[in-house]
Formats: sequence, C-alpha cells, structure tokens
Amino acid sequence: MDIPYTVQPRPDTGVYNAKVGMWLFLASEVMLFGGLFSSYILLRVAAAPGTWPTGWLSVPLGTINTLILALSAVTTLLAWASCKARMFDRYKLFMGLTLVLALVFISIKGYEYSDKLRHYEVVLKDGRIADGHLVTRNDKEVVLEGRYVQNHAELMNGRASHGKPHEEIRIETPQIQKIGNYGPAHNTFTAIYFVLTGLHGLHILGGIVVFAYLWGPGSRMWKTEPERFTNRIEVAGLFWHFVDLVWIFLFPVLYLT
Amino acid sequence: MASVTQTAPHAQAHGTHHEDPGFWRTYIFSIDHKVIGIQYGITALFFLLFGFSLMLMMRWQIAHPGEAVPLVGPLLAALLGDVASNGVISPDLYNSFGAMHGTIMVFLAIVPLAVGAYGNYLVPIQIGANDMAFPRLNMMSYQLYFLGGIIMFASFFIPGGAARAGWTSYSPLATTIPTDGQTFWLIGMVFLISSSLLGSVNIITTIVQLRAPGLTWMRLPFFVWAQFTASFLLLLAFPPLEVAGILQLMDRVAGTSFFLPTGLAIGGNLANVSGGGSPLLWQHLFWFLAHPEVYVLILPAMGIIAEIIACNTRKPLWGYKSLVYSAMCLGFISFLVWAHHMYLTGMGTKISTFFQTTTMIISIPSVIILTCLLISLWGGSIRFNTPMLFALAFLPMFGIGGLTGLPLGFSASDIHLHDTYYVIGHFHYVVAPGTIFALFAGIYFWFPKITGRMMNEYWGKVHFAGSILFMNLVFMPMFIQGLAGMLRRMSDGGVNYSSLKLQGVSGGLSPTIMGLNSFILWGAVGLLIAQIPFIINFFYSISHGTKVENDNPWEATTLEWQAPTPPPHGNFLTPPQVYRGPYEYSVPGYAKDYVPQNQPPG
Amino acid sequence: MSDTHPDAFKAYARKCGIIFGAVACVTLAMVATSFAPIHNRAVAIGLVLGAACINATLVASYLMHLISEKKMIYTVLVFTAIFFTGLMGLSIWAAHDVPRVLGR
Repeated sequence: MDIPYTVQPRPDTGVYNAKVGMWLFLASEVMLFGGLFSSYILLRVAAAPGTWPTGWLSVPLGTINTLILALSAVTTLLAWASCKARMFDRYKLFMGLTLVLALVFISIKGYEYSDKLRHYEVVLKDGRIADGHLVTRNDKEVVLEGRYVQNHAELMNGRASHGKPHEEIRIETPQIQKIGNYGPAHNTFTAIYFVLTGLHGLHILGGIVVFAYLWGPGSRMWKTEPERFTNRIEVAGLFWHFVDLVWIFLFPVLYLT
Repeated sequence: MASVTQTAPHAQAHGTHHEDPGFWRTYIFSIDHKVIGIQYGITALFFLLFGFSLMLMMRWQIAHPGEAVPLVGPLLAALLGDVASNGVISPDLYNSFGAMHGTIMVFLAIVPLAVGAYGNYLVPIQIGANDMAFPRLNMMSYQLYFLGGIIMFASFFIPGGAARAGWTSYSPLATTIPTDGQTFWLIGMVFLISSSLLGSVNIITTIVQLRAPGLTWMRLPFFVWAQFTASFLLLLAFPPLEVAGILQLMDRVAGTSFFLPTGLAIGGNLANVSGGGSPLLWQHLFWFLAHPEVYVLILPAMGIIAEIIACNTRKPLWGYKSLVYSAMCLGFISFLVWAHHMYLTGMGTKISTFFQTTTMIISIPSVIILTCLLISLWGGSIRFNTPMLFALAFLPMFGIGGLTGLPLGFSASDIHLHDTYYVIGHFHYVVAPGTIFALFAGIYFWFPKITGRMMNEYWGKVHFAGSILFMNLVFMPMFIQGLAGMLRRMSDGGVNYSSLKLQGVSGGLSPTIMGLNSFILWGAVGLLIAQIPFIINFFYSISHGTKVENDNPWEATTLEWQAPTPPPHGNFLTPPQVYRGPYEYSVPGYAKDYVPQNQPPG
Repeated sequence: MSDTHPDAFKAYARKCGIIFGAVACVTLAMVATSFAPIHNRAVAIGLVLGAACINATLVASYLMHLISEKKMIYTVLVFTAIFFTGLMGLSIWAAHDVPRVLGR
C-alpha cells in the first residue's frame, strides 16, 4: 500500500510528508528547550545575590565546540546537496565528516563533564573551604590539587579564580564536614548546566546514531530509491541543524553570561 | 445513490499480492491505523474501568472513614499489605488512589481513547486516505503508551506504593516522598509524553498532506478539525511538562534542587540539598501543559457530538465556520490561561488579572461552539437513538461544567473555592458527563462501521438513563459541599472539619454536608451498575449484534460511511474524490435526505 | 539550484562556506564582547544574546532553507514562537509580580 507524497511534494502544500513531520517535531523541541531555558532564567533571577556562579566553564573549549558544530551543520547540508547532485561518493565524504565532527564535539563535552566531576569542594570542620581537582580519595584522607578559600562567595566568580596558584592539599577524613563534586547536586547552576547540556548531548547522540545508519547500512537505499534517500538526508539534516541552533544559544547563556 | 455494501476481496484494497503477515504482525505489531486505533481503544477502556474502581474505593473511604472496604477489602489487604491492613484504606493508600485516579483517567484513559483511538481510527478514513502518514511511527506511539501504562500500573505493587502527591505531583512533596512510586510516575509520564508527541506529529501531517482530492480545508468534518487542534495542543504544550518531569526526576535521583527551596526542612530537620530551587517553577511548567490538556480532553468530544448531531437531525450543522474558527481560537488561547490554577500561590494583582482576563476570554469560543451545536437542533428531524441521546445530554452537562468554571476563573471568588469540592464538581462535569458521554455516543455510533453489527438499542437506552441520572447524583452535591468549604484530597472525608467534631467552632461542615458523602457513594455505586449493560452489550454485539444491511446504516454523509464495512487494509476500494461539504443533509432537489461527500454532482 | 550540475554544487558549497565564515566571525565577536569591560550587566548580556540571535538567524534561514520554505511551515513556527514567548515571558512576569510586603 502506497502512501502518497513520501517522495514527491504535495502540490498545494509544496512539501513532502517527512518534512512536515520533522518541522512539527522541531516545533515541539523548541518548546522543550524553551521550557528548559525558561527554567534557567527563573532559577537565575530567583537566586539570592552572590549565589549564582559565573565563569565556571571553559570558554575556549566552548568556542571550539561552537565552531565544530557550525561546521558540521554545513557538512550535513553539503551531504544533502551531494545527493541532490547525484554524487554519491561526495555524499559519503561529507556525511563521514559530519560524523567525525559530531564525535569530536561529544568527546570535548565528555572531557568537560569529567573535569567537573573531578572538581571537589570540601568544607572543613574548622570553617575553611578547600577547592580543587581530586588526586586521590580513600578512607583516611582526601588529596586535592587546588587552593583554600575563606568563604563560599569567593568561588562564585570563576574568571577571577583563573591564574590563582594551586597547591597540593591533604585533608584527613575526620576534618571533613561536607564534601561534594561539581556535579548536578552541587548547586542550581551545575544542575541546570548538566540537564541543559545533557539533554542537548542526548540529541547529539541520537543524531550520531541516525547519521551512522544513513552513512552505513541505510545508504543501500541510494541504489533503489535515490530520491527517497535524499529526502531522508534532508530531514535528518534539519534535525541536526536544530541541534546546532540549540547550542548557539546554550553556549552564550551558560559559558558567557 | 442507495447505500451499498462493498466487499473487499480478501481484505486487500490495492490489488498487489501480500503474504499473510502472521498473528503478531496483524494484531500486536500492526502498522494499520485501524488496528492501532482499536488497540488504543481497548487499553484505554481497561484503564477507564480501573480508574473508576479506584474512585469507588475512595468514595467508600470518604463516606465511611476507617471502615474496611466491603467485597474488595480482603483483596486489597492481600495485594497491598500494610497500607490496606484488614481491608481498611490507610491515608497513604487513599492518597495513592487519588493521585493515580487522576493520572490514569487523564493520561491513560480519556486522551488515549479520544485521540489515540478515535483519532487514529477515524481521521484517515474521514479524509479519504489509505492510512496515517507515518504508520510505523503510529505503532511506536501505541507501544510507548502501553509501556507507560504498565509502568504506572506496576507502581502500585512496589515497596512504598504508587505516587501519592496528586496527579499534579507538586514539589517539594513529590520530590521528598520516600517511595519509588513517584519515580515510576515520572518515568511513566516520559513514556506517555513521548507517545503523545509522536502521535500528534502523525495526525497533523496526515490531515495536512493526505486529504483526498477535492477535500479542501473547509470541507473537512468538524471532527477532523477538532482532532487537528487537539494534536497541536499536545504537540506544543507537552514538552514543558517533559522538562518538568526530567527536572523532578533529577531532584529525586541525582540530588539536584530544581524545585527545592533553600532552607527546606523535612520532618523538622534541614534537608541535605543544595537549595536555590523554586516550587513555583514546577507549577508553571506543569500547568503550561495541564491547561491545554483539558482542551485536548474536550475538543475530540465536541467533534464526536458534532458528527452525531448533524447525522441525527438530518440537517447541516449551524455555523460550521464559527465552529472551526472557535475551535482554533480555543486552542490558541488555551496556551495563555494556565496560571488560573495558581491564583493562591502569591502572584501579584497584575499578573493575576492578566490570567483572569484570558480565562474569561476563552469562555467565548467555548460558548460559541456549544451554541452552534444547540442551534443545530432547531428545525431538525431528530432521531432519538442511543448515540443521539448521549449527544443531546452532552450539551447541558458541558454547559453546567463550563459555567461552574467561571467562579473559579475569577481570582476573587477562587480564593474561597480553590482546592474545594467545587473544583472537583466543575471539572468532572466537563469530563465525565461531558467527554465520557461523547465517547460513549461515539462507540454506539461507529460500532457498526468497525464491526458490521449494531449494538442493542434497548440496553443502550438503559445505559444512557442510568448514566445520566447517577452522574448528576454523584457530581451535583459536590458543588454544595465545595461552597460550604469542604476541601479536596481529605482521606477522612472531612470528618476532622465537621461541626460535630469541632464543637463551638464556627464554619465546621454541617451534618447535611457530611451526609452528602454517603449520598454520593450510593450515586457512584449506581453509576457502576449502570455501566454493566454497556459492557455486556459491547462484547455481546461484537459477535451477536444485528448485522447491518449496508455500509451506511445511519445514512450519513462523511467518507467513513462510504467505505466498506469493516474498512479493509487501505480503507477504500477506489481512491475517493470529494465534491461537497461534510453535512449535505436534506438538500433540496435530491431523492434522499443526505448526499455523501464523494457523490459526483448531477 | 539546478540540481544535478557539478558547477551548481560548487556554487552551493561556496555559499555554505560564506555562511560558516559569518557564523564563525559572529561567534568570535560574541566571545570577545563577553570579555569586554562593559559595566551595565544587562547591556552586556543583551549584546551577547543579540549575537546569538544573529547566528541563529543565519543557520535557520540558510542552512535550514527557512528563507525559501513554504507558508505551511512558517505558520507552525510563528505559533510556536508565540507560545514559547508566552511561556518564558509570563512565568518571568509572574516571578516578578509579587505583592509588596506591608510596612516595608
């Protein structure tokens, strides 16, 4: 049984089915990330003065990721254009490039995550606060490479902390009042950071899976139904461009403001 | 042209040879929208009955707090252990029943029935299409719904029990309740939301792209317009709730504090959380969906009623254009009213007034739709069959439900009525003798198209009489109780606020008000008994009902009645061509009092 | 674009390259702005987000072909934009419009 307008567009709407479906899905994704961005704004505006950190994320890494994703958006489009021009080898090249760029993006993100999860803040019983990256942790002691601060508020300005000297800090376990890493439970900023970038990352992973399929086993459709295959590339590309759009806002909101 | 019975050779409408797909592909993992529609329907009707039984047990507890539930008490004790020891519903179990009753009725019963079942089955046929635009996505939507339902159902049986922070799941209570049931609820919601999203993409794309030649937008049956609008509401309003669900899940599982404020104390001790969160954030995100959601509950019902009224008055609907534009306005404005559920959260006067204004404005398209349907009756040759009886009853019942919403929409009067039984009376009138009556009407109406047999008329009328009587006996007293100040979600039925208990304190609930609890319980039991003829009729008629003589027993004009009975794979033997609008009844100059949409001119 | 001509492909690739170049420049300008010593915080945030909007417009219009898309798609997106603005704007307004405490 044939469903019409899977390949050729319907004359009065001018689009084929999958394109309508994908744009509708993207509209719902706008509401999804819109809800998250609204939550970010509300939480930040409601935060007591001096409790919302800035400059905790690496701007160089974020900038590189932004450029990588923008480049991958272009290679995705060129992969589609190659299909339209019936140049299959070129399609494989551009789609492969897109996959590589996507994998680089997710690796950089993974590195950023692991950096946060290795970054600890320890409140000692005598009132001092130690802040740094974890070297070792066992029953007897916690060893950080970082610095002592007098109060919690000092940690809120990340850019001011750059370049401060680091030393090895040894803390015996009985001295610890509270210990935690810069994971989601640390404060509202890390929480919304991990959820925003985590959900975005899940979308990147989903895109990687789909692109890998279309680059590999799915590309067999090129031989039998090249136009339908081209439409699939276009629709998958739309999704990928949307993921790029989300990052275009994520980067300044989380890294730069 | 007289109605004919078309036979579809070996269930293939398109002529190409297919191998028999086997049992699993035909009935369980089918991609045919009709099978999927029936799957949605059966699953949803099961959950409707389950949600109803939860309510019955709750009404018992309200009328007889602390007494063992008759008949099912021992079963509860056996299945659920301590929370139902000796067959008595403990307060925790009552709260679980309450939260799950709401969740199940809204997300697992009504919407899957109204949109998943009715939408999936009828929309492609009414627009003259072969199937939905994305059949495999359709199957996935059902599977996600089914899995979500299993997760919700299973949550009753895990240690700690099911979710019990209301269907609204407000933080910090929902985050801090020590049961995994809340986590199950959140995961179940993620599945259900995903199912809804995929389903709405499918319905919208189908209506946009797969209309038959000649079927312009203004020739669509109003039912299709209603489904189109409802799907847009689902598409754009659900994602913020998905966000909220993810954030609450993180709060429960990952120790975040999205909704937990600084300084939160639990059981007298400072909670070990980072703080900085906002409980109101949950409420905004939740109600941003949950308000459009109630329009998803009512729009398909209005669509069903419109079809049945047009067919059974033998005249076109009055004000088709008004109906269509009102439905679209209703959908649009529904996104801008949500904080009328939050008047008592300390919002300032300016924003409260904004939401009050939009809430008042949204009553206008509602009333226009109801008025058009009412005026459609005037001068009609009304056939009082079972579907029409339910459809006629829908009009005043929805009227009562809608009008009682007005004092709730005004922020001043809502101060007195918020969280009382008045609210429960209001929304149940709209959904229970409102939407559910429409769904019943639709079952009686489209049963012959799906099965080729009619349901029994006599028992249908018995079902109708019992239902309309007992629905009113159950829900009308709740307005009185609410105005007297009886609060919702009280597991003891209000005993601790009764004037008998509060000697010498003014404002206690009088014995009359308390006595209504027993009255409502008997009404609910009567309502249960009234459903028995329906259930028997439904199953009996599948195999023993009177066979229809042709494809169009109701002599209706829309395309589904011009398809074979039941419609084969591919729906139509030849692709339909549409020449006219959907309600060409009693057209002067024609031999019969109806002209099907696909009948050629001349 | 004439679909099957290789020269058409080259022209298309060049156009994409220009878009990428524009996005990259705006991104770097955005990063630089965030480090500039602008005292008014609202202005600083406004400039950074404004740059993000420019980038988003470039990606959406040219890479997603939105600039030449059909009316049906536009209609869906316009409604989405309205509801997104409503969600964000109204909840932020609700957070700010709280009754003043008497006596303060």
